[in-house]
Amino acid sequence: MTASNSTLNQTSTMNDIEQFESGNSLWHDAWVRLRKNKLALVSLFVLIFIGVICLLTPWIAPYGYEQQDLALGASAPSAAHWFGTDTLGRDLLTRVMYGGRVSLAVGLIATAVALTIGVTWGAIAGYTGGRVDAIMMRLVDIIYALPFMIFIVLLMVVFGRSLLLLFLAIGAVEWLTMARIVRGQVQTIRQLEFVEAAISIGLSKAAIIRRHIIPNALGPVIVYTTLTIPNVMLLEAFLSFLGLGIQPPESSWGVLIANGVESMEEYPWLLIFPGLALSIVLFSLNFLGDGLRDALDVRASKD
Amino acid sequence: MTLLTVNNLSTSFYTRNGLTKAVEDVSFSLDAGETLAIVGESGSGKSVSCYSIMGLIPCPPGKIESGSAVFDGVDLLNCSDDEIRAVRGNKIAMIFQDPMTCLNPYLTVGEQLIEPLIYHHKVSRSEAKKKAIELMTEVGIRSPETNFNAWPHEFSGGMRQRVMIAMALIAEPKLLIADEPTTALDVTIQKQILDLVAEIQKKRDLGIIFISHDLGVVKNLADKVLVMKTGHIVEQGNAQDVLENPQHEYTQKLLAAIPKGAKENPKAEENPEPLIQVKNLVTEFNVNGNRFRAVDNVNFDILPKEILGLVGESGSGKSTIGRSILRLVDAQGSVNYRGDELLSKNPQQMKPLRRKMQMIFQDPYASLNPRMTIYETLAEPMKLHGIAKGSELNQAVLKLMDDVGLARAFVKKYPHEFSGGQRQRIAIGRAIATKPEFIVADEPVSALDVTIQKQILELIQYLVDKHELSMLFISHDLAVVRKLCDRVIVLKHGELVESGNVEALWQQPSHVYTQSLLAAAMH
Repeated sequence: MTASNSTLNQTSTMNDIEQFESGNSLWHDAWVRLRKNKLALVSLFVLIFIGVICLLTPWIAPYGYEQQDLALGASAPSAAHWFGTDTLGRDLLTRVMYGGRVSLAVGLIATAVALTIGVTWGAIAGYTGGRVDAIMMRLVDIIYALPFMIFIVLLMVVFGRSLLLLFLAIGAVEWLTMARIVRGQVQTIRQLEFVEAAISIGLSKAAIIRRHIIPNALGPVIVYTTLTIPNVMLLEAFLSFLGLGIQPPESSWGVLIANGVESMEEYPWLLIFPGLALSIVLFSLNFLGDGLRDALDVRASKD
Repeated sequence: MTLLTVNNLSTSFYTRNGLTKAVEDVSFSLDAGETLAIVGESGSGKSVSCYSIMGLIPCPPGKIESGSAVFDGVDLLNCSDDEIRAVRGNKIAMIFQDPMTCLNPYLTVGEQLIEPLIYHHKVSRSEAKKKAIELMTEVGIRSPETNFNAWPHEFSGGMRQRVMIAMALIAEPKLLIADEPTTALDVTIQKQILDLVAEIQKKRDLGIIFISHDLGVVKNLADKVLVMKTGHIVEQGNAQDVLENPQHEYTQKLLAAIPKGAKENPKAEENPEPLIQVKNLVTEFNVNGNRFRAVDNVNFDILPKEILGLVGESGSGKSTIGRSILRLVDAQGSVNYRGDELLSKNPQQMKPLRRKMQMIFQDPYASLNPRMTIYETLAEPMKLHGIAKGSELNQAVLKLMDDVGLARAFVKKYPHEFSGGQRQRIAIGRAIATKPEFIVADEPVSALDVTIQKQILELIQYLVDKHELSMLFISHDLAVVRKLCDRVIVLKHGELVESGNVEALWQQPSHVYTQSLLAAAMH
């Protein structure tokens, strides 16, 4: 009775064999599904577009970011200055472009740091359990309990102020929550029978975590990641405001927005344009994150 | 006296994937003191029909398209929310399949019992408590005064189902709807619960609608039987007529799928060399700081090419034995596999041996990684143990799918796109992918419908013969064990109480526990 219906479709699939041989189906299929999600796709292109512009800023920016025209002062958007100029007569478009470089970099690097450490740490703690888990998570608790500002100030004092260090410092704080989320997920997943099945096949611990545990914990991770990126960008603005981040005349979106708020009533464009840039990026990230989560959930769609 | 008359009930679900007609044109009636059994496989609409009557279908996505259900002069399908609430839990009560999830863990048993009484009958607390204790006595809960203040987690499954029954009865309903009330219970407990329901029915002149997939249970219980398939009634009538002289092809198929009788040609070799020798196996767990001995000094052999049944109730440690042998849990004692002592091996040393020993799990919904395609699931063990590579691997996967009766076209699909039976085929495919010698099958068919169960059992037998496998077949279902296994061992509270050839043990069980198990298994 067993092989009765299996010859069915045999010939048709023989041609497809090459396709399922290559790569990881989960990500491949996720990409196929993501392409069907218009909103996510548009968001992805918007992000790529903004990213490319920021990358090319030194070559395509209309003015220098520190180039002042004190005679001009704060002028409204015009043909020469599309986004207007700030109180020192600097071109706002140029400053938004340069600011984007810092903001996007801090968002990506700090989040990548948080993601890597957090997911690995949480997965190992959650999967191993017992004493290892207790020690790893107590460490997380301890870092949590450290006052964040003092932690950053200490880092800056010891290692000197550098942009890269700032990124790492933010990432080093943001991974804590990620680790907790992942650990919780993993604790549930590791009790499922397919993990036991993986053990009985003979897979190593690392392979089980990588192939069976993490893909099943991705949903909340993606959602939290899309929440982390804006968080990190705002944190950078806050640190810069305290003099711990980037310094004038350099800028970031966070700094530009903070400055814009001060002169919101007289020169609203100083707030509107950097705010718009940040909002577009955050919206896109959220749509993309949603789309990615749905795309990675193989159960969500029928095809 | 007619208690409930259902006419032309149709219920549909409007989902993203389109319209599903869950129940179509279902009509039946029930008298007081009568038991109607609604039988069918999962997805046949048997639960949906009863939930529709009770107004428990979530709308949307559900919608009751047409029909009437007249109970006590009220049409339940066309009345106000208030009217139906007055009936629900009061004149019609329900017991559910899973007593573990149907009790609120944050309320004491007594508190949950008196809730409907205070709500529907506006009686005082002390009066309600008195009545609750009476009922707890009636449903056979020992020392009801103390247990009134017990928490649900302190009760076993059978005890909780008794609480559920007491809860259903407390408002003195006229109709009881029981949705697979014993499916989650052990056979001996199942018998007690069914006896209890029958006794209460006689005493109270209850009408009972009994939803079940288990025709063996239905046979001893029902006055009338209604067989459903894909939302339609295919046959209904007097229980004896339907079960002994089924007219519809589907009913005949259902009845034929019940495992009956003994294995046709059990293996009986003279003194063969055992494949696996288990000696003084002890497995202990930490439970709230205490050592709990799940498996206590168990000794047995598994012979080459035999299917050894391992029988016992839930909590008897039968799954733990299987997992101990495969080193999925830590154990003491000795498990000797062809001269290799498994329990002293480290993970590196275990790896080549794992290829030779695999496991099939109970729940095909949990045992497959939802994010891996069938191809990946089947290819993983072969890649790991270097059995096949590249294009050879693809061929091997496809051949494996042929072997377990899955169409090759499914190779790139994900587990959620399959039915329970198909998923179990995938899981079996994964287990035989490494060409093992020995497989532990932990209740591989207990989550499946009876017709699917039959197919999977046939598949297992086919593969065992074809690949000359040895198997430890863990089950609580004695009929299945009798049909499939060559020898059987019986476990109680972690100890081995009896072992022997299946048929010999069936005819003359020597241990009291085995006798009670056999007596409780009604088919």
